Amino acid sequence: MTRKAITGNGAIALALKQVDPDVMSAYPITPQTEIAQNYAQFVADGAVKTEYIAVESEHSAMSAAIGSCAAGARTITATSSQGFALMWEMLFIAASLRLPITMPVITRALSGPINIHCDHSDSMGGRDCGWIQLYGEDAQEGYDNAIQAFRIAEHMDVRLPVMTMIDGFIISGAISPVETLEDDQVKQFVGGYEPVHPLLDIDNPVTVGAFDSLGGWYFEHKVTQNDAMAKAMDVIESVGREYGELSGRPYSHFKTHMIEDAEIVLVAIGSAAGNVKTMVDKLRSEGKKVGLLKVRTFRPFPHRQIAEALSSARVIGVMDRSDSFGSQGGPLFTEVRSALFEAEPRPQVYNFIYGLGGRDIFPDDIEGAVRLLERAAAGEKVSHARHYLNVRGVSVDGQA
Amino acid sequence: MQQVTEIRWHARGGQGAVTAAKMTAEVALSQDKYFQAFPEYGPERSGAPIVAFTRISDKPIQIYSAIEHPDYVLVLDPTLLDAVDVTAGTSAGAVVIINSEEDATALARRPEMAGKSVYTVPATRIALETIKRAIPNTPLIGALAEVSGIFSLEGVLNEVKTSLGKKFNEDVVKANLEAVKRGYGEVSGL
Repeated sequence: MTRKAITGNGAIALALKQVDPDVMSAYPITPQTEIAQNYAQFVADGAVKTEYIAVESEHSAMSAAIGSCAAGARTITATSSQGFALMWEMLFIAASLRLPITMPVITRALSGPINIHCDHSDSMGGRDCGWIQLYGEDAQEGYDNAIQAFRIAEHMDVRLPVMTMIDGFIISGAISPVETLEDDQVKQFVGGYEPVHPLLDIDNPVTVGAFDSLGGWYFEHKVTQNDAMAKAMDVIESVGREYGELSGRPYSHFKTHMIEDAEIVLVAIGSAAGNVKTMVDKLRSEGKKVGLLKVRTFRPFPHRQIAEALSSARVIGVMDRSDSFGSQGGPLFTEVRSALFEAEPRPQVYNFIYGLGGRDIFPDDIEGAVRLLERAAAGEKVSHARHYLNVRGVSVDGQA
Repeated sequence: MQQVTEIRWHARGGQGAVTAAKMTAEVALSQDKYFQAFPEYGPERSGAPIVAFTRISDKPIQIYSAIEHPDYVLVLDPTLLDAVDVTAGTSAGAVVIINSEEDATALARRPEMAGKSVYTVPATRIALETIKRAIPNTPLIGALAEVSGIFSLEGVLNEVKTSLGKKFNEDVVKANLEAVKRGYGEVSGL
Protein backbone atom coordinates (compact mmCIF):
# COMPACT_ATOMS: atom_id res chain seq x y z
CA MET A 1 0.00 0.00 0.00
CA THR A 2 1.40 3.39 -0.99
CA ARG A 3 -0.04 6.79 -0.08
CA LYS A 4 0.16 9.29 -2.93
CA ALA A 5 -0.69 12.94 -3.52
CA ILE A 6 -2.61 12.62 -6.77
CA THR A 7 -5.58 14.06 -8.67
CA GLY A 8 -8.81 12.09 -9.03
CA ASN A 9 -8.05 11.61 -12.71
CA GLY A 10 -4.48 10.58 -11.94
CA ALA A 11 -5.71 7.99 -9.44
CA ILE A 12 -8.12 6.48 -11.97
CA ALA A 13 -5.52 6.44 -14.75
CA LEU A 14 -3.20 4.65 -12.32
CA ALA A 15 -5.89 2.06 -11.50
CA LEU A 16 -6.37 1.38 -15.21
CA LYS A 17 -2.61 1.13 -15.71
CA GLN A 18 -2.34 -1.41 -12.90
CA VAL A 19 -5.04 -3.53 -14.57
CA ASP A 20 -3.30 -3.11 -17.95
CA PRO A 21 -6.27 -4.05 -20.16
CA ASP A 22 -5.84 -5.17 -23.78
CA VAL A 23 -7.40 -2.13 -25.47
CA MET A 24 -8.29 1.46 -24.62
CA SER A 25 -10.18 3.53 -27.16
CA ALA A 26 -10.72 7.07 -26.00
CA TYR A 27 -11.22 10.66 -26.99
CA PRO A 28 -10.12 13.43 -24.64
CA ILE A 29 -12.76 15.74 -23.18
CA THR A 30 -12.71 18.15 -20.24
CA PRO A 31 -12.60 17.17 -17.39
CA GLN A 32 -11.70 13.56 -18.32
CA THR A 33 -8.73 14.62 -20.50
CA GLU A 34 -6.05 13.84 -17.92
CA ILE A 35 -7.09 10.15 -17.95
CA ALA A 36 -6.79 9.84 -21.73
CA GLN A 37 -3.54 11.83 -21.65
CA ASN A 38 -1.94 9.88 -18.78
CA TYR A 39 -2.95 6.57 -20.30
CA ALA A 40 -1.58 7.49 -23.72
CA GLN A 41 1.66 8.37 -21.91
CA PHE A 42 1.74 4.93 -20.21
CA VAL A 43 1.32 3.34 -23.64
CA ALA A 44 4.02 5.54 -25.21
CA ASP A 45 6.39 4.77 -22.32
CA GLY A 46 5.81 1.05 -22.68
CA ALA A 47 4.50 0.91 -19.10
CA VAL A 48 1.45 -1.07 -20.28
CA LYS A 49 0.81 -3.58 -23.05
CA THR A 50 -2.52 -1.93 -23.92
CA GLU A 51 -3.31 -1.08 -27.53
CA TYR A 52 -4.41 2.57 -27.47
CA ILE A 53 -6.88 3.55 -30.19
CA ALA A 54 -6.94 7.32 -30.67
CA VAL A 55 -10.36 7.85 -32.22
CA GLU A 56 -12.00 10.90 -33.78
CA SER A 57 -15.05 11.10 -31.52
CA GLU A 58 -16.72 9.47 -28.54
CA HIS A 59 -19.18 7.73 -30.83
CA SER A 60 -16.16 6.08 -32.36
CA ALA A 61 -14.57 5.51 -28.95
CA MET A 62 -17.55 3.43 -27.83
CA SER A 63 -17.92 1.78 -31.25
CA ALA A 64 -14.26 0.73 -31.20
CA ALA A 65 -14.64 -0.47 -27.61
CA ILE A 66 -17.62 -2.60 -28.66
CA GLY A 67 -15.72 -4.06 -31.62
CA SER A 68 -12.66 -4.71 -29.52
CA CYS A 69 -14.55 -6.29 -26.64
CA ALA A 70 -16.64 -8.43 -29.02
CA ALA A 71 -13.40 -9.56 -30.64
CA GLY A 72 -12.30 -10.87 -27.25
CA ALA A 73 -10.19 -8.12 -25.70
CA ARG A 74 -10.52 -6.62 -22.21
CA THR A 75 -11.48 -3.08 -23.18
CA ILE A 76 -11.81 0.31 -21.52
CA THR A 77 -12.64 3.90 -22.36
CA ALA A 78 -13.38 7.06 -20.35
CA THR A 79 -15.46 10.15 -20.97
CA SER A 80 -17.45 13.16 -19.72
CA SER A 81 -20.48 15.24 -20.63
CA GLN A 82 -20.89 15.87 -24.38
CA GLY A 83 -18.65 12.88 -25.05
CA PHE A 84 -20.99 10.72 -23.01
CA ALA A 85 -23.92 12.15 -24.93
CA LEU A 86 -22.21 11.42 -28.23
CA MET A 87 -21.73 7.79 -27.18
CA TRP A 88 -25.42 7.50 -26.47
CA GLU A 89 -26.68 5.00 -29.06
CA MET A 90 -23.58 2.84 -28.65
CA LEU A 91 -24.01 2.65 -24.84
CA PHE A 92 -27.21 0.63 -25.32
CA ILE A 93 -25.50 -1.64 -27.84
CA ALA A 94 -22.55 -2.34 -25.52
CA ALA A 95 -24.99 -3.34 -22.77
CA SER A 96 -27.30 -5.43 -24.95
CA LEU A 97 -24.33 -7.30 -26.42
CA ARG A 98 -23.37 -8.06 -22.80
CA LEU A 99 -19.86 -6.71 -23.29
CA PRO A 100 -17.97 -6.17 -20.02
CA ILE A 101 -16.45 -2.82 -21.01
CA THR A 102 -15.52 -0.54 -18.11
CA MET A 103 -15.60 3.25 -18.32
CA PRO A 104 -14.76 5.94 -15.77
CA VAL A 105 -17.10 8.90 -16.27
CA ILE A 106 -15.89 12.24 -14.94
CA THR A 107 -19.24 13.86 -14.47
CA ARG A 108 -19.92 17.23 -16.07
CA ALA A 109 -22.92 19.30 -17.07
CA LEU A 110 -24.43 19.02 -20.53
CA SER A 111 -24.80 21.98 -22.88
CA GLY A 112 -26.56 24.36 -23.12
CA PRO A 113 -25.63 26.90 -22.12
CA ILE A 114 -22.09 25.66 -22.61
CA ASN A 115 -20.63 24.68 -19.27
CA ILE A 116 -17.62 22.55 -18.42
CA HIS A 117 -18.23 22.11 -14.68
CA CYS A 118 -19.62 19.34 -12.56
CA ASP A 119 -23.10 18.00 -12.38
CA HIS A 120 -24.58 14.55 -12.97
CA SER A 121 -26.67 15.30 -16.07
CA ASP A 122 -24.41 13.15 -18.23
CA SER A 123 -24.32 9.90 -16.27
CA MET A 124 -27.83 10.25 -14.84
CA GLY A 125 -29.12 10.78 -18.37
CA GLY A 126 -27.62 7.39 -19.16
CA ARG A 127 -29.18 5.58 -16.22
CA ASP A 128 -31.42 3.44 -18.40
CA CYS A 129 -28.90 2.40 -21.03
CA GLY A 130 -28.23 -0.95 -19.35
CA TRP A 131 -24.87 -0.16 -17.76
CA ILE A 132 -24.07 -0.73 -14.12
CA GLN A 133 -23.41 2.60 -12.41
CA LEU A 134 -21.16 3.13 -9.38
CA TYR A 135 -20.65 6.62 -7.94
CA GLY A 136 -17.61 7.61 -5.87
CA GLU A 137 -17.26 10.44 -3.37
CA ASP A 138 -13.56 11.13 -3.68
CA ALA A 139 -10.40 10.15 -5.57
CA GLN A 140 -9.92 7.10 -3.35
CA GLU A 141 -13.34 5.76 -4.25
CA GLY A 142 -12.74 6.61 -7.91
CA TYR A 143 -9.58 4.50 -7.81
CA ASP A 144 -11.20 1.64 -5.88
CA ASN A 145 -14.34 1.56 -8.06
CA ALA A 146 -12.32 1.60 -11.29
CA ILE A 147 -10.57 -1.61 -10.17
CA GLN A 148 -13.69 -3.37 -8.87
CA ALA A 149 -15.53 -2.53 -12.11
CA PHE A 150 -13.58 -5.20 -14.01
CA ARG A 151 -14.54 -7.97 -11.58
CA ILE A 152 -18.20 -6.93 -11.59
CA ALA A 153 -18.48 -6.51 -15.36
CA GLU A 154 -16.69 -9.76 -16.16
CA HIS A 155 -18.51 -11.93 -13.59
CA MET A 156 -20.34 -14.71 -15.44
CA ASP A 157 -23.60 -13.90 -13.64
CA VAL A 158 -23.38 -10.32 -14.86
CA ARG A 159 -21.47 -9.68 -18.12
CA LEU A 160 -22.59 -6.08 -18.33
CA PRO A 161 -20.58 -2.92 -18.92
CA VAL A 162 -19.81 -0.83 -15.82
CA MET A 163 -19.35 2.93 -15.56
CA THR A 164 -17.72 4.44 -12.47
CA MET A 165 -18.31 8.11 -11.72
CA ILE A 166 -16.40 10.81 -9.90
CA ASP A 167 -17.31 14.49 -9.85
CA GLY A 168 -15.67 16.53 -12.58
CA PHE A 169 -13.06 19.07 -11.38
CA ILE A 170 -14.19 18.92 -7.72
CA ILE A 171 -12.61 15.47 -7.44
CA SER A 172 -11.02 14.84 -10.83
CA GLY A 173 -8.83 17.96 -10.69
CA ALA A 174 -8.08 18.17 -6.96
CA ILE A 175 -4.98 16.63 -5.44
CA SER A 176 -5.66 14.55 -2.35
CA PRO A 177 -4.12 11.55 -0.58
CA VAL A 178 -4.94 8.21 -2.21
CA GLU A 179 -3.85 4.80 -0.95
CA THR A 180 -2.93 2.67 -3.90
CA LEU A 181 -2.40 -1.08 -4.12
CA GLU A 182 0.70 -2.63 -5.62
CA ASP A 183 0.52 -3.54 -9.33
CA ASP A 184 0.60 -7.29 -8.69
CA GLN A 185 -2.14 -7.02 -6.04
CA VAL A 186 -4.40 -5.31 -8.57
CA LYS A 187 -3.57 -7.79 -11.33
CA GLN A 188 -4.21 -10.70 -9.01
CA PHE A 189 -7.49 -9.23 -7.77
CA VAL A 190 -8.79 -8.53 -11.27
CA GLY A 191 -7.47 -11.81 -12.69
CA GLY A 192 -7.10 -12.88 -16.32
CA TYR A 193 -9.73 -12.04 -18.89
CA GLU A 194 -11.97 -14.78 -20.29
CA PRO A 195 -13.92 -13.60 -23.34
CA VAL A 196 -17.26 -15.25 -24.11
CA HIS A 197 -17.94 -16.16 -27.75
CA PRO A 198 -15.18 -13.89 -29.07
CA LEU A 199 -15.32 -12.99 -32.76
CA LEU A 200 -11.67 -13.93 -33.12
CA ASP A 201 -12.39 -17.54 -32.16
CA ILE A 202 -12.68 -18.50 -35.82
CA ASP A 203 -13.22 -22.18 -35.05
CA ASN A 204 -16.48 -21.24 -33.36
CA PRO A 205 -17.90 -18.49 -35.54
CA VAL A 206 -20.66 -16.28 -34.12
CA THR A 207 -22.76 -13.40 -35.39
CA VAL A 208 -22.79 -10.29 -33.22
CA GLY A 209 -25.36 -7.53 -33.58
CA ALA A 210 -27.80 -9.34 -35.85
CA PHE A 211 -31.29 -8.18 -36.80
CA ASP A 212 -33.89 -9.49 -34.38
CA SER A 213 -37.38 -8.66 -35.59
CA LEU A 214 -41.02 -9.38 -34.71
CA GLY A 215 -40.74 -13.14 -34.79
CA GLY A 216 -37.42 -13.05 -32.95
CA TRP A 217 -36.17 -12.83 -29.40
CA TYR A 218 -35.71 -9.09 -28.83
CA PHE A 219 -38.13 -8.97 -25.90
CA GLU A 220 -36.64 -12.06 -24.22
CA HIS A 221 -33.22 -10.54 -24.75
CA LYS A 222 -34.27 -7.45 -22.81
CA VAL A 223 -35.59 -9.63 -19.98
CA THR A 224 -32.17 -11.29 -19.66
CA GLN A 225 -30.55 -7.85 -19.40
CA ASN A 226 -32.74 -7.03 -16.44
CA ASP A 227 -32.02 -10.46 -14.90
CA ALA A 228 -28.31 -9.73 -15.18
CA MET A 229 -28.82 -6.39 -13.41
CA ALA A 230 -30.64 -8.17 -10.59
CA LYS A 231 -27.79 -10.66 -10.26
CA ALA A 232 -25.25 -7.84 -10.29
CA MET A 233 -26.65 -6.74 -6.94
CA ASP A 234 -25.00 -9.66 -5.11
CA VAL A 235 -21.88 -9.57 -7.25
CA ILE A 236 -21.24 -5.90 -6.48
CA GLU A 237 -21.46 -6.73 -2.77
CA SER A 238 -19.23 -9.80 -2.89
CA VAL A 239 -16.61 -8.01 -4.99
CA GLY A 240 -16.79 -5.07 -2.56
CA ARG A 241 -16.23 -7.38 0.40
CA GLU A 242 -13.32 -9.13 -1.27
CA TYR A 243 -11.79 -5.78 -2.20
CA GLY A 244 -12.13 -4.79 1.46
CA GLU A 245 -10.14 -7.83 2.53
CA LEU A 246 -7.39 -6.82 0.12
CA SER A 247 -7.33 -3.08 0.73
CA GLY A 248 -8.97 -2.53 4.12
CA ARG A 249 -11.67 -0.53 2.34
CA PRO A 250 -14.81 -2.68 1.96
CA TYR A 251 -17.58 -1.50 -0.37
CA SER A 252 -21.30 -2.08 -0.51
CA HIS A 253 -24.19 -0.45 -2.35
CA PHE A 254 -24.26 2.53 -0.03
CA LYS A 255 -22.72 3.82 3.15
CA THR A 256 -24.53 5.26 6.13
CA HIS A 257 -23.40 7.72 8.76
CA MET A 258 -25.27 8.25 12.04
CA ILE A 259 -28.63 6.99 10.74
CA GLU A 260 -29.50 4.48 13.48
CA ASP A 261 -31.39 7.00 15.62
CA ALA A 262 -31.71 9.77 13.04
CA GLU A 263 -35.06 11.45 12.56
CA ILE A 264 -33.79 13.32 9.52
CA VAL A 265 -31.62 11.64 6.89
CA LEU A 266 -30.06 13.25 3.86
CA VAL A 267 -29.44 10.97 0.88
CA ALA A 268 -26.59 12.12 -1.35
CA ILE A 269 -24.39 10.82 -4.15
CA GLY A 270 -20.94 11.92 -5.30
CA SER A 271 -18.71 14.46 -3.57
CA ALA A 272 -21.62 16.30 -1.91
CA ALA A 273 -21.99 13.28 0.38
CA GLY A 274 -18.74 14.38 2.04
CA ASN A 275 -20.03 17.92 2.52
CA VAL A 276 -23.21 16.49 4.04
CA LYS A 277 -21.25 14.17 6.35
CA THR A 278 -19.21 17.10 7.62
CA MET A 279 -22.43 18.99 8.33
CA VAL A 280 -24.04 15.94 9.99
CA ASP A 281 -21.10 15.81 12.41
CA LYS A 282 -21.55 19.49 13.22
CA LEU A 283 -25.32 19.16 13.74
CA ARG A 284 -24.84 16.03 15.85
CA SER A 285 -22.52 18.02 18.12
CA GLU A 286 -25.48 20.39 18.58
CA GLY A 287 -27.67 17.46 19.58
CA LYS A 288 -29.65 17.19 16.32
CA LYS A 289 -30.63 13.70 15.18
CA VAL A 290 -29.43 13.93 11.60
CA GLY A 291 -27.81 11.25 9.43
CA LEU A 292 -26.50 10.54 5.94
CA LEU A 293 -26.99 7.77 3.41
CA LYS A 294 -24.41 7.94 0.61
CA VAL A 295 -25.42 6.05 -2.52
CA ARG A 296 -22.72 4.17 -4.46
CA THR A 297 -24.71 1.77 -6.65
CA PHE A 298 -27.30 3.59 -8.72
CA ARG A 299 -27.80 0.84 -11.34
CA PRO A 300 -28.93 -1.65 -10.27
CA PHE A 301 -30.70 0.48 -7.67
CA PRO A 302 -30.61 -1.19 -4.23
CA HIS A 303 -34.18 -0.20 -3.42
CA ARG A 304 -34.90 -2.92 -0.84
CA GLN A 305 -31.70 -2.33 1.12
CA ILE A 306 -32.15 1.45 1.06
CA ALA A 307 -35.77 1.21 2.24
CA GLU A 308 -34.60 -0.99 5.10
CA ALA A 309 -31.75 1.35 6.04
CA LEU A 310 -34.12 4.32 6.08
CA SER A 311 -36.88 2.52 8.00
CA SER A 312 -36.51 4.56 11.19
CA ALA A 313 -36.16 7.98 9.56
CA ARG A 314 -39.18 10.26 9.68
CA VAL A 315 -38.10 12.88 7.18
CA ILE A 316 -35.73 12.30 4.28
CA GLY A 317 -34.06 14.84 2.03
CA VAL A 318 -32.73 13.51 -1.28
CA MET A 319 -30.05 15.57 -2.98
CA ASP A 320 -29.78 15.53 -6.76
CA ARG A 321 -26.99 17.06 -8.81
CA SER A 322 -29.09 16.77 -11.98
CA ASP A 323 -32.71 17.38 -12.82
CA SER A 324 -35.27 15.43 -14.76
CA PHE A 325 -37.35 18.22 -16.21
CA GLY A 326 -41.07 17.73 -15.89
CA SER A 327 -40.78 14.74 -13.55
CA GLN A 328 -41.57 14.83 -9.84
CA GLY A 329 -37.91 15.44 -9.01
CA GLY A 330 -34.33 14.49 -9.73
CA PRO A 331 -33.32 10.91 -10.62
CA LEU A 332 -32.09 9.97 -7.14
CA PHE A 333 -35.23 11.42 -5.55
CA THR A 334 -37.65 9.46 -7.72
CA GLU A 335 -35.74 6.23 -7.01
CA VAL A 336 -35.55 6.77 -3.26
CA ARG A 337 -39.14 7.88 -2.87
CA SER A 338 -40.34 4.96 -4.97
CA ALA A 339 -38.25 2.60 -2.84
CA LEU A 340 -40.07 3.90 0.24
CA PHE A 341 -43.61 3.57 -1.13
CA GLU A 342 -44.28 0.36 0.75
CA ALA A 343 -42.52 1.45 3.94
CA GLU A 344 -44.67 1.34 7.07
CA PRO A 345 -44.84 4.01 8.39
CA ARG A 346 -43.98 5.85 5.20
CA PRO A 347 -41.53 8.72 5.80
CA GLN A 348 -41.84 12.15 4.23
CA VAL A 349 -39.42 12.59 1.33
CA TYR A 350 -38.25 15.92 -0.08
CA ASN A 351 -36.02 16.74 -3.01
CA PHE A 352 -33.14 19.21 -3.17
CA ILE A 353 -31.58 20.08 -6.49
CA TYR A 354 -28.11 21.58 -6.16
CA GLY A 355 -24.82 22.10 -7.94
CA LEU A 356 -25.97 22.29 -11.55
CA GLY A 357 -23.22 23.50 -13.89
CA GLY A 358 -20.69 23.34 -11.05
CA ARG A 359 -22.54 25.70 -8.69
CA ASP A 360 -20.88 25.20 -5.35
CA ILE A 361 -22.67 23.71 -2.37
CA PHE A 362 -21.60 25.30 0.90
CA PRO A 363 -22.16 24.15 4.49
CA ASP A 364 -24.81 26.89 4.86
CA ASP A 365 -26.79 25.42 1.95
CA ILE A 366 -26.89 21.99 3.56
CA GLU A 367 -27.80 23.51 6.91
CA GLY A 368 -30.65 25.35 5.17
CA ALA A 369 -31.90 22.06 3.73
CA VAL A 370 -31.82 20.48 7.19
CA ARG A 371 -33.78 23.44 8.64
CA LEU A 372 -36.48 22.87 6.03
CA LEU A 373 -36.63 19.17 6.92
CA GLU A 374 -36.85 20.04 10.61
CA ARG A 375 -39.92 22.16 9.88
CA ALA A 376 -41.47 19.21 8.06
CA ALA A 377 -40.59 16.96 11.01
CA ALA A 378 -42.31 19.43 13.35
CA GLY A 379 -45.53 18.98 11.41
CA GLU A 380 -45.41 22.10 9.28
CA LYS A 381 -46.68 21.67 5.75
CA VAL A 382 -43.71 21.84 3.40
CA SER A 383 -44.01 21.86 -0.39
CA HIS A 384 -43.14 18.66 -2.20
CA ALA A 385 -42.02 20.63 -5.23
CA ARG A 386 -38.27 20.73 -5.88
CA HIS A 387 -36.23 22.78 -3.45
CA TYR A 388 -33.17 24.40 -4.95
CA LEU A 389 -29.96 24.96 -3.00
CA ASN A 390 -27.75 27.99 -3.69
CA VAL A 391 -29.87 29.37 -6.52
CA ARG A 392 -30.03 33.16 -6.82
CA GLY A 393 -33.25 34.66 -5.55
CA VAL A 394 -34.46 31.46 -3.86
CA SER A 395 -34.03 30.68 -0.19
CA VAL A 396 -34.52 27.03 0.65
CA ASP A 397 -35.88 27.46 4.14
CA GLY A 398 -38.35 30.17 3.15
CA GLN A 399 -36.35 33.03 4.65
CA ALA A 400 -35.83 35.37 1.72
CA MET B 1 -16.57 21.14 12.21
CA GLN B 2 -13.27 19.50 11.33
CA GLN B 3 -10.06 21.26 12.32
CA VAL B 4 -8.87 22.15 8.86
CA THR B 5 -6.31 24.80 7.93
CA GLU B 6 -7.41 26.56 4.76
CA ILE B 7 -4.96 28.37 2.50
CA ARG B 8 -5.62 30.54 -0.55
CA TRP B 9 -2.90 31.33 -3.06
CA HIS B 10 -3.06 34.45 -5.24
CA ALA B 11 -0.91 34.72 -8.33
CA ARG B 12 -1.01 35.54 -11.99
CA GLY B 13 -1.48 32.77 -14.53
CA GLY B 14 1.89 31.17 -15.12
CA GLN B 15 3.51 32.16 -11.81
CA GLY B 16 3.10 28.76 -10.23
CA ALA B 17 0.26 29.12 -7.72
CA VAL B 18 -1.08 25.70 -8.63
CA THR B 19 2.41 24.24 -8.31
CA ALA B 20 2.76 25.92 -4.91
CA ALA B 21 -0.58 24.49 -3.75
CA LYS B 22 0.55 21.09 -5.03
CA MET B 23 3.97 21.30 -3.38
CA THR B 24 2.28 22.15 -0.10
CA ALA B 25 0.11 19.05 -0.56
CA GLU B 26 3.24 16.95 -1.13
CA VAL B 27 4.77 18.31 2.07
CA ALA B 28 1.52 17.46 3.90
CA LEU B 29 1.68 13.95 2.43
CA SER B 30 5.24 13.49 3.64
CA GLN B 31 4.14 14.46 7.15
CA ASP B 32 1.21 11.99 7.17
CA LYS B 33 -1.37 14.76 7.13
CA TYR B 34 -4.56 14.91 5.08
CA PHE B 35 -4.87 17.55 2.40
CA GLN B 36 -6.57 18.86 -0.71
CA ALA B 37 -5.05 21.09 -3.35
CA PHE B 38 -7.12 22.52 -6.15
CA PRO B 39 -7.15 25.43 -8.55
CA GLU B 40 -10.12 27.69 -9.14
CA TYR B 41 -11.56 25.85 -12.10
CA GLY B 42 -12.17 27.77 -15.24
CA PRO B 43 -10.36 29.39 -18.11
CA GLU B 44 -6.86 30.54 -17.13
CA ARG B 45 -4.93 33.17 -19.05
CA SER B 46 -1.25 33.83 -18.61
CA GLY B 47 -0.81 36.99 -16.53
CA ALA B 48 -4.42 37.20 -15.36
CA PRO B 49 -5.13 36.99 -11.61
CA ILE B 50 -5.80 33.42 -10.47
CA VAL B 51 -6.30 31.66 -7.16
CA ALA B 52 -5.54 28.17 -5.92
CA PHE B 53 -6.43 26.47 -2.65
CA THR B 54 -4.97 24.06 -0.12
CA ARG B 55 -6.67 22.39 2.84
CA ILE B 56 -4.58 20.62 5.48
CA SER B 57 -5.77 18.60 8.45
CA ASP B 58 -4.73 15.83 10.83
CA LYS B 59 -7.99 14.02 9.97
CA PRO B 60 -9.56 13.02 6.64
CA ILE B 61 -11.07 16.03 4.85
CA GLN B 62 -14.57 15.43 3.51
CA ILE B 63 -15.60 18.87 2.43
CA TYR B 64 -15.21 19.75 -1.22
CA SER B 65 -16.65 23.24 -1.59
CA ALA B 66 -14.47 26.21 -2.41
CA ILE B 67 -12.59 27.87 0.45
CA GLU B 68 -14.56 30.97 1.45
CA HIS B 69 -12.79 31.99 4.65
CA PRO B 70 -9.08 31.10 4.37
CA ASP B 71 -6.88 31.10 7.47
CA TYR B 72 -3.79 31.93 5.38
CA VAL B 73 -3.52 33.98 2.20
CA LEU B 74 -0.30 33.79 0.19
CA VAL B 75 0.31 36.40 -2.48
CA LEU B 76 2.88 35.42 -5.10
CA ASP B 77 2.77 38.74 -6.94
CA PRO B 78 2.67 42.08 -5.05
CA THR B 79 1.07 43.87 -8.02
CA LEU B 80 -2.08 41.86 -7.28
CA LEU B 81 -2.68 43.94 -4.15
CA ASP B 82 -3.98 46.73 -6.40
CA ALA B 83 -5.85 44.37 -8.73
CA VAL B 84 -7.87 42.10 -6.43
CA ASP B 85 -8.88 42.09 -2.77
CA VAL B 86 -6.65 39.31 -1.51
CA THR B 87 -8.30 39.52 1.92
CA ALA B 88 -11.81 38.77 0.62
CA GLY B 89 -13.66 36.44 2.99
CA THR B 90 -10.93 36.39 5.61
CA SER B 91 -11.71 36.79 9.27
CA ALA B 92 -9.96 39.19 11.63
CA GLY B 93 -7.14 36.89 12.68
CA ALA B 94 -6.24 35.76 9.15
CA VAL B 95 -2.59 35.73 8.10
CA VAL B 96 -1.49 37.32 4.83
CA ILE B 97 1.99 36.49 3.51
CA ILE B 98 3.06 38.65 0.60
CA ASN B 99 5.98 38.22 -1.76
CA SER B 100 7.31 41.77 -1.52
CA GLU B 101 10.45 43.82 -0.95
CA GLU B 102 8.39 46.18 1.16
CA ASP B 103 8.27 46.18 4.92
CA ALA B 104 5.26 44.33 6.35
CA THR B 105 4.38 47.38 8.49
CA ALA B 106 3.93 49.46 5.34
CA LEU B 107 1.64 46.95 3.65
CA ALA B 108 -0.32 46.39 6.86
CA ARG B 109 -1.44 50.04 6.64
CA ARG B 110 -3.50 49.26 3.54
CA PRO B 111 -7.19 49.52 4.49
CA GLU B 112 -8.08 45.93 3.51
CA MET B 113 -5.30 44.61 5.78
CA ALA B 114 -6.94 46.05 8.91
CA GLY B 115 -6.91 43.39 11.62
CA LYS B 116 -4.88 40.92 9.57
CA SER B 117 -1.46 39.60 10.47
CA VAL B 118 0.67 40.76 7.58
CA TYR B 119 4.04 39.24 6.68
CA THR B 120 6.35 39.90 3.77
CA VAL B 121 9.19 37.91 2.26
CA PRO B 122 11.31 38.96 -0.75
CA ALA B 123 10.54 35.64 -2.45
CA THR B 124 11.27 36.68 -6.04
CA ARG B 125 14.70 38.05 -5.09
CA ILE B 126 15.46 34.91 -3.09
CA ALA B 127 14.37 32.77 -6.03
CA LEU B 128 16.52 34.77 -8.47
CA GLU B 129 19.55 34.48 -6.18
CA THR B 130 19.13 30.78 -5.46
CA ILE B 131 17.19 29.00 -8.23
CA LYS B 132 18.20 31.72 -10.74
CA ARG B 133 14.60 31.97 -11.93
CA ALA B 134 11.73 34.20 -10.80
CA ILE B 135 9.67 31.37 -9.28
CA PRO B 136 8.70 32.61 -5.82
CA ASN B 137 6.77 29.57 -4.59
CA THR B 138 9.61 27.63 -2.93
CA PRO B 139 10.68 30.51 -0.64
CA LEU B 140 6.98 31.20 0.09
CA ILE B 141 6.49 27.65 1.33
CA GLY B 142 9.47 28.22 3.64
CA ALA B 143 7.79 31.41 4.85
CA LEU B 144 4.49 29.55 5.36
CA ALA B 145 6.28 26.91 7.46
CA GLU B 146 7.81 29.62 9.68
CA VAL B 147 4.65 31.69 10.11
CA SER B 148 2.08 28.89 10.44
CA GLY B 149 4.01 26.12 12.13
CA ILE B 150 1.88 23.63 10.13
CA PHE B 151 5.10 22.05 8.92
CA SER B 152 8.57 21.95 10.38
CA LEU B 153 11.37 23.47 8.28
CA GLU B 154 13.10 20.12 8.36
CA GLY B 155 9.98 18.42 7.02
CA VAL B 156 9.75 20.83 4.10
CA LEU B 157 13.46 20.43 3.31
CA ASN B 158 13.19 16.65 3.36
CA GLU B 159 10.25 16.71 1.00
CA VAL B 160 11.93 19.13 -1.43
CA LYS B 161 15.02 16.93 -1.37
CA THR B 162 13.04 13.77 -2.09
CA SER B 163 10.67 15.10 -4.74
CA LEU B 164 13.10 17.30 -6.67
CA GLY B 165 15.88 14.73 -6.23
CA LYS B 166 13.97 12.36 -8.48
CA LYS B 167 13.88 14.77 -11.42
CA PHE B 168 16.76 17.24 -11.07
CA ASN B 169 20.52 17.26 -10.47
CA GLU B 170 22.14 18.03 -7.14
CA ASP B 171 22.68 21.73 -7.89
CA VAL B 172 19.00 22.35 -8.57
CA VAL B 173 18.02 20.51 -5.40
CA LYS B 174 20.55 22.49 -3.35
CA ALA B 175 19.32 25.79 -4.79
CA ASN B 176 15.72 24.95 -3.90
CA LEU B 177 16.68 23.90 -0.38
CA GLU B 178 18.48 27.20 0.01
CA ALA B 179 15.37 29.03 -1.29
CA VAL B 180 13.16 27.32 1.31
CA LYS B 181 15.62 28.09 4.12
CA ARG B 182 15.90 31.73 3.12
CA GLY B 183 12.11 32.10 2.81
CA TYR B 184 11.85 30.62 6.30
CA GLY B 185 14.54 32.92 7.65
CA GLU B 186 13.70 36.16 5.85
CA VAL B 187 9.95 36.34 6.33
CA SER B 188 9.09 39.19 8.67
CA GLY B 189 5.90 40.62 10.01
CA LEU B 190 4.03 42.15 12.83
